[in-house]
Amino acid sequence: MHGFLIVWQNAGRMADGLANTVLLATIGTALSLILGALLATGLMAKSGPLRFGAQWLVDSMRCIPFLLLAYIVYYGLPSIGVNFDNWTAGLCAIVIYNAAYMAEIVRGAWSGLPPDYIEAALSFGFHGVSLYRRIVLPPVVLAAIPIIGNQVIQVIKDTAFLMIIAVPELTHAASAIQSKYYVPFAAFIVAVGLYWMLCGLVEGGVRWVERRAEARR
Amino acid sequence: MLTSQPQDALSKPVLNIRRLSKSFGSQLVLNDVSFEVAKGATVCLLGPSGSGKSTLLRCVNWLERPDEGAIFLNGVRVGFRSGGTVPMTARELAEVRSHIGMVFQHFNLWPHLTVIENLIEAPIHVQKRNRDEVIAEAEALLERVGLRDKRDAFPARLSGGQKQRVGIARALAMKPELILFDEPTSALDPELVGEVIAVMKTLANDGMTMLVVTHEMGFAREAADEILLLDGGKIIEHCPPEAFFSRPKTERARQFLQRYVQA
Repeated sequence: MHGFLIVWQNAGRMADGLANTVLLATIGTALSLILGALLATGLMAKSGPLRFGAQWLVDSMRCIPFLLLAYIVYYGLPSIGVNFDNWTAGLCAIVIYNAAYMAEIVRGAWSGLPPDYIEAALSFGFHGVSLYRRIVLPPVVLAAIPIIGNQVIQVIKDTAFLMIIAVPELTHAASAIQSKYYVPFAAFIVAVGLYWMLCGLVEGGVRWVERRAEARR
Repeated sequence: MLTSQPQDALSKPVLNIRRLSKSFGSQLVLNDVSFEVAKGATVCLLGPSGSGKSTLLRCVNWLERPDEGAIFLNGVRVGFRSGGTVPMTARELAEVRSHIGMVFQHFNLWPHLTVIENLIEAPIHVQKRNRDEVIAEAEALLERVGLRDKRDAFPARLSGGQKQRVGIARALAMKPELILFDEPTSALDPELVGEVIAVMKTLANDGMTMLVVTHEMGFAREAADEILLLDGGKIIEHCPPEAFFSRPKTERARQFLQRYVQA
């Protein structure tokens, strides 16, 4: 029990880590969803080369171990003159990696969208960007909420990898406390508890949004 | 009812269809179809299923591309730029379509939007009209189709008849020059057909220009100015409803009437 007391005494540091994890996951999810929605238009494009290009991008991102992607962004890119601080590099890795998954999620829901709604929109004079943003994307995102929620949990867990490029997120904070005071069990168990809490919040949020989405399907 | 329209308006057709043909693969679904819809007229397009009615309607706003022939909306060629060889861009096509209302068999209301949002969506985001004005007009339209109390309901909560009345109000909100009705009552339970037909009759009487694909012979008889009977992709009768229902010219028309009117 002594270990938990030490973790408690370092609660400020854990809280900072937690805050960074929440921030990275929130911004990361938002940006990767936006980027994924853009990529999905490529995946669904009529033009062959465009579809092929988008698919290649998505597949190549999904098939890199996330850890390696984080290394490349943080250690690799400076050698071609692109420098990020740890935090930004971590966010970039999160966004690039998860945008590929979000693109596939949006594509999946889009394929299931009845063509009737799009046909109605075309007859009413919608086309291009406004057609996608106003008529296609809203029902697609509504339909995909549970899967997007699942991906948010993936994003939260992915942020833990960012400790290897010294992003001060939750796992990094727990690791720092345990190595300084040698209380690995307490520090990591507290971190696990906090991850559980975050995922519980996401699950709750998904259920809340789901109830509201139900009327709109 | 033809005579009730002002003569000068009648002389200029809103819709002019010239020698339209369309095939799906080897099957000819529209075979040299020509007709006009005068301003303020209600034209009913009748025919057995598979006769090409819906395809014809969908050609009018270019949801289907005809293989041959031309369509003119108020004198402007649909689908091609003037000259008739260069296809319209998506933007130009969208502009033309925004003048043509469409009411669908399966309503096709946007499920993520409330009733009022369905009505104002295209006027605001396609026609770029003033939001407050559009909302006020949309509310008046809901009143007109008897659905004011459903203003903030989502489509999933409405009955079929209510959905279709919203569908009609949504088309009217665009202030279209022509409304296409694609079997607007075919997906409805029999007891809900009446409320939709009543709204359509009011529109016909108010001088809306309408091209209606339907199996509702009562509506065709009472509200249409002209009847077109399509069979095998060809127009085989084109006359006022009285003539069509009392003394059809062709044997096919007599067979068709026997099947649909006694039912």
